[in-house]
Amino acid sequence: MKPADAVITWYGELTTRYQLLKRGGGLLIPGILWLMLFLVLPSLVLVVVSFLSRGEYGQLEWIFTLENYKRLAGFSIFGWTANYLMILWRSVVVALVTTLVSVLLSYPLCFFIAARPRSSRYMWLTLVIIPFWTNMVIRTYAWFLILSPEMPVARLAAFLGVIPAGAPLYPNAVAVYLGMVSMFLPFVTLPLYASVERLDWSLVEAAQDLYASKTRVFTQAVLPQTIPGLSVGVILTFIPAMGMFVVPDLLGGAKYMLVGNLIQQQFGPSRDWPFGAAISMGLMVLTMIGLQIYRRKGKEIEVI
Amino acid sequence: MRRSHPLIAAVAYLTLAFLYLPLLGVAIFSVNEARRGLVWKGFTLKWYLKLFQNEWILEAAWNTLLLALVSTIVATIIGTILAIAMDRFPWRRRTRTFLDIMLHIPVVIPDIILAASLVVAFGVLRLVSSIFEPGLLNMIIGHITFQIAFVALVVRSRLAAIGRELEEAARDLFASNWYLARKVMLPLLMPGIVAGAMLAFTLSLDDFVISFFTAGPDSQTLPLFIFAAVRRGVTPQVHALSTLIMLATVVLVVFTERITRQR
Repeated sequence: MKPADAVITWYGELTTRYQLLKRGGGLLIPGILWLMLFLVLPSLVLVVVSFLSRGEYGQLEWIFTLENYKRLAGFSIFGWTANYLMILWRSVVVALVTTLVSVLLSYPLCFFIAARPRSSRYMWLTLVIIPFWTNMVIRTYAWFLILSPEMPVARLAAFLGVIPAGAPLYPNAVAVYLGMVSMFLPFVTLPLYASVERLDWSLVEAAQDLYASKTRVFTQAVLPQTIPGLSVGVILTFIPAMGMFVVPDLLGGAKYMLVGNLIQQQFGPSRDWPFGAAISMGLMVLTMIGLQIYRRKGKEIEVI
Repeated sequence: MRRSHPLIAAVAYLTLAFLYLPLLGVAIFSVNEARRGLVWKGFTLKWYLKLFQNEWILEAAWNTLLLALVSTIVATIIGTILAIAMDRFPWRRRTRTFLDIMLHIPVVIPDIILAASLVVAFGVLRLVSSIFEPGLLNMIIGHITFQIAFVALVVRSRLAAIGRELEEAARDLFASNWYLARKVMLPLLMPGIVAGAMLAFTLSLDDFVISFFTAGPDSQTLPLFIFAAVRRGVTPQVHALSTLIMLATVVLVVFTERITRQR
């Protein structure tokens, strides 16, 4: 490499590397400073806090301990329970199922929209974009309403004897899944649609000409072409779904807690920051594992 | 034009119904006369009128807008500068990777982790100054933090799309740094900046988790208000409020589409 003070032309500008990096560095400062101060440092502080102890009144005490992680793993003075691990595991399962169902529903929806006439295609797509941008508290609230005792769905369930008469259809696992899928479905549909719209149909026709079965047409001619959009959709769904807190809080109740609720509890009512930090680390590890499994497949992840 | 198989169309319609029926339910019950319960008692708009007499809701609406506006403006400025700094200078590969990872953190990690780390960070900062008590300032800071990343990513993709030929031409014609930034970069980047700002604004309106963790007693926003209201039981006023927010979302989406499609 040339020395930093050698004169170079950089896109029409006669300058030196030193000059450029000085100016670029100056422009980087506000953004980097902000992200360092409010993103990177807080994350590091969170790691530190996860090794501290909670004082009697919820204050932090500078006593180094692994107690929080032990507790997360289920060890307490009363022996070992799987409670917290169960919540973590349940969060992974819920996120996986939510992603899977969203993908299964998104394919037909994308193909349906892509087959609309060009003039109305955009309107159909907007129908997916609107829920995507509607506040999730409102959308969860809407499910709350639909599943309440006076509504036809709950009445039907009561009539069939699934629930006692006059009871709502929440809190339970089904309500959580309904809420989760409706929350994240557009997150899969929108990126997937970008791939489906660009699909090269001549490959599909070629496969059909060669007498491929319908399954093989899909797995070998369609699926590989939609992988880019699908990967983005899966990442955008799986990771936030694992940390989801609003839906399980309103529709799941205490019996169907997910890791998001557990974290919120520690930072809210329980005032146990160290334990909350340790759980966040657990969630972070799960997130990283998810991302790694994805990267392993050699896909370029372009989130937006 | 290809036709979709009837089964595919059926699944698609059902999926859309699945997305919209709950929202439609809220809208219908927002014009229902009945004060309690969900039995249809006739059409009324009184719940909407009551919204505008409810000081709590008006204050929450004001806070929501203020939060979204301030955070969007700051995040758009910082994010745009960051994108230019990252894209237009000869950084080493390692620096580039580091910056790239940092920008993607808020996009990929669950927001509850960002919220938790902000709670702890503000807890530490509170030892330095009392302005970091839970409240609107903390919420604004929190929102800016995740918005910067999104703005920078959007603007960066615009930077890549416009290429460098025009900048090079301007340099060849002896444009100064300032002149280049103002007369060449800014106009070319504008659609990207606007798209980034719209994204940031919507993300702020959409956020619940960061606000929930950093809010104080005097910084209620509409999503927080609704969340708290649900636990007290559903009321027609909350239906009306939710419906208004949904309508605002529709307007915002359509407006954004118009702008971004003009490019």
